[in-house]
Amino acid sequence: MREYEMVAGLETHVELATKTKIFCGCTTAFGGAPNTHCCPICIGLPGVLPKLNRQVVRYGILAGLATNCKINPVSKMDRKNYVYPDLPKAYQVSQYDKPLCLGGWITLDSGKKIRLTRIHIEEDAGKLVHERGDTFVDYNRGGVPLIEVVTEPDFRSVEEVREYVEKLQLLMKYIGVSDCKMQEGSLRCDVNISVRPKGSETFGTRTEIKNMNSFTFMSKALEYEFERQVDLLESGEAVIQETRRYNDTTGETESMRSKEDAHDYRYFKEPDLVTIATGEEEIETLRAQLPELPDRKKARYLEMGINEGDAAALIRSRRAAAFFDEAAEGLNAPKTAAAFIVGQMFSRYSTEEQREEWAVAISPAQLHALCELVESGKCNRNLAKATLEKMLDTGKDAKSFLSEGDLAGVGSEQLAQVCKTVIAQNAGAVQNYLGGKETALKALVGAVMRETRGRADAEKASGMLIDMLKKEC
Amino acid sequence: MSSIIGTLGALLREKKVSCKELTKAYLDGIDRDNGVLNAYVRVTGEQALKTAAEVDRKIAAGEALSPLEGIPMTLKDNISTRGIETTCCSKILQGYTPIYDATVWQMLQKQNAVLLGKTNMDEFAMGSSCETSCYGGAANPFDTGHVAGGSSGGGASAVGGNLAAYALGSDTGGSIRQPASFCGLVGLKPTYGAVSRFGLIAYASSLDQIGPICKSVEDAAVVFDAISGQDPMDSTSVGHKDPVSPQLAQKPEQLAIGVVKEYFKGVDPQVEAAIQNAIRTYEKLGAKVVPLSMPAISYALPVYYILACAEASSNLGRYDGIRYGYHADHYNGIHEMICKTRSEGFGPEVQRRILLGSYVLSAGYYDAYYKKAQNLRGAVKKGFDETFAQCDVILAPTVPMTAFPKGFAGQDQVQTYQTDICTVPVNIAGLPALSIPCGYDQKGLPVGMQLIANRFEETKLLQTAYLFEREMAGEIYRKEEWGCRTYA
Repeated sequence: MREYEMVAGLETHVELATKTKIFCGCTTAFGGAPNTHCCPICIGLPGVLPKLNRQVVRYGILAGLATNCKINPVSKMDRKNYVYPDLPKAYQVSQYDKPLCLGGWITLDSGKKIRLTRIHIEEDAGKLVHERGDTFVDYNRGGVPLIEVVTEPDFRSVEEVREYVEKLQLLMKYIGVSDCKMQEGSLRCDVNISVRPKGSETFGTRTEIKNMNSFTFMSKALEYEFERQVDLLESGEAVIQETRRYNDTTGETESMRSKEDAHDYRYFKEPDLVTIATGEEEIETLRAQLPELPDRKKARYLEMGINEGDAAALIRSRRAAAFFDEAAEGLNAPKTAAAFIVGQMFSRYSTEEQREEWAVAISPAQLHALCELVESGKCNRNLAKATLEKMLDTGKDAKSFLSEGDLAGVGSEQLAQVCKTVIAQNAGAVQNYLGGKETALKALVGAVMRETRGRADAEKASGMLIDMLKKEC
Repeated sequence: MSSIIGTLGALLREKKVSCKELTKAYLDGIDRDNGVLNAYVRVTGEQALKTAAEVDRKIAAGEALSPLEGIPMTLKDNISTRGIETTCCSKILQGYTPIYDATVWQMLQKQNAVLLGKTNMDEFAMGSSCETSCYGGAANPFDTGHVAGGSSGGGASAVGGNLAAYALGSDTGGSIRQPASFCGLVGLKPTYGAVSRFGLIAYASSLDQIGPICKSVEDAAVVFDAISGQDPMDSTSVGHKDPVSPQLAQKPEQLAIGVVKEYFKGVDPQVEAAIQNAIRTYEKLGAKVVPLSMPAISYALPVYYILACAEASSNLGRYDGIRYGYHADHYNGIHEMICKTRSEGFGPEVQRRILLGSYVLSAGYYDAYYKKAQNLRGAVKKGFDETFAQCDVILAPTVPMTAFPKGFAGQDQVQTYQTDICTVPVNIAGLPALSIPCGYDQKGLPVGMQLIANRFEETKLLQTAYLFEREMAGEIYRKEEWGCRTYA
């Protein structure tokens, strides 16, 4: 069998976090009793006209700037005509040939750039609800603003797709234009996928898989579709250009409609809206509002001496990262603060929502104070860990949990004294260590810690023991 | 002829008649004559009398009345009225009652305009005779064997037949000016963007514009002042700078009237004679007449039918029977439900235009039709720009003929479309234009003259028309000032 590679491109719909809908004043809040977030405009009653929410344009521009796009000085809204009960006007107001943003990219960790063709703004449709053997329409979501981020066919593996979506999701959250909750449908992907023999330059026939709103489903769907297309080609059959959907019960993709049945959307300029002009000034104002973006933040953390894993974890939550930045300010070793946050606080706030919300009991200043105690050697790591737990429970300062004795720590002289005693009293372990058994050192450090009731700095004790033992031989 | 609105307003203010009496007189007239004219498809007597009572209260209290306060009027059935069924005279909107008011109706309600009812129109404003209405056509008050014109035929029939003091219509390709011309009235199609379209049930969004059908230029100016304005609910609305009425009697300085020869191709000789008379009248009044040519006008008709149908095919997509209006009885599944609802709910002319519009927008034909029409739209606009560099106002026939006999329009669609030749160029270029009576043919049917001005030059347009109206008043207007006639 020949080796095949995947060629995929993505269209990602991201629901924007505006308070009101794109063309009317209705709320965009998720949920709500069916058809309660509606008005004559968003249910398309005869005679109504849309009124563009300028915040949608601003969010779209921010998304473009965060992904290295060029902002179109003049863009326009178009009507995409198709009939479906969740679309009350029988057309979706979208952008066709003059989108808001053009030609950007998102860089994967490997350094590979995924090119963006465009980002455009549009309105979401309502939702069909199947209940009691009947179908109902809920227009609450109708008119909620979306951006659609379209890539070039640059993906060659499921992993790349996944990383891209994660990066896009993180970016959009960073710049505050969307909460990107896949389970609430505020981030949904359509994937165009084809396969070709490795080394081939030409594209194969593609299929489009619609509306995937979870990472798991998307990975499974792409893996399945890749295999399906390879099997077809290997058995001498052709891939048919069509739209497919992923069935999570069977774990398979299934045909929705073929190319012949493809919609002819009969796009034309929305005559009820004027063209959208975006001036240099507005773009620069928005550019100035962009926060430090995840990639840059991570690079900065690595420069600060934070390890790769902690840096990657920290940037995933903008609030946690901000907490860290404040706590680490002025520390000699910011990695201490990073380790506390990632190692300890993140296990308390384990879900993405919790990290997003970041409702922690202590302030960055309190963590800073704890880190200073560790840095100055007044408090060893183990004691600090235990203290941090208590702080997180109560919101109190580190000092409330540390006695004067604790804070006195173990001075170098005292520690040297203890180390000497331990060496003298543990001849067996000393013998083993000198005989080349490195693990014996651990037993000695343990003994030092016992002697000091845990107040000694284990690292420091370890170093001191090694020095002393060197002299022994 | 003096203003009906002014005359009635004076009667109210001087307490010679109460608003209730006035309203009742009109309602009685509707009772008596609407059977023949079929101008109204819905009469809102109760609401009218309620408004009248409020006006009478204000009069009794000595409060000042605004110009349109207490004046009985009517709205075309495509202007949304909260709580009053609004159907565009289509079966597909039977039973649809808007839950919001069109901006123009909101503005008029603030002035206590007395709404007598909703008037007849071609289904979704698609037609030139009012006969595509699901309620049947409206008759011409001059000769009930002839049509009132379309699409705002009901409004023209009502005002011409003295069943309303004025009417609001909408004009997409001539739907205000043509029936005004047929019924011997003044019909103003404002600049695109001067009057809000919010609440006007769309036919072709880039062409539609609401405007008044009145008995005089003065009335048209008063109503235009009342309904024009920038509306935050309509992104395409611009409004109009100064009220026209106070400036109406000023004679425009150095009036150059452009006579564009292309407007006279295929015009009925009797119509042409009346128009030539009007041109001579303007010359007599000191205007300079400038003969001009504008070849781009020959594109106007196909451009209009392509763009209007394209937009209509999209605008009318929402009528699927799911949320409001007509809903087919028997069907299998949602697809068939929508198909049946639309096939049964839309009349043949609407279906024809939806098909045409879908065709010109579809992949493979878009460039050949829609895109080309958009480009030619630019050429028509440019043609007008060049023309207005050489004149202030263009004078042309409104329609190449007088009112059609009943049944004529349905015989040959293409021939009927061609009668829109003089009115559609204005919509394509978004210009203001009006029709004003300038004579009669041998059958005694009115001939309308069209005046066209540059964008947002309603003041100059109405001043020019007023000049003519004052000069000609005794000759061309009917004797009856107001009050109701009977139609045997």
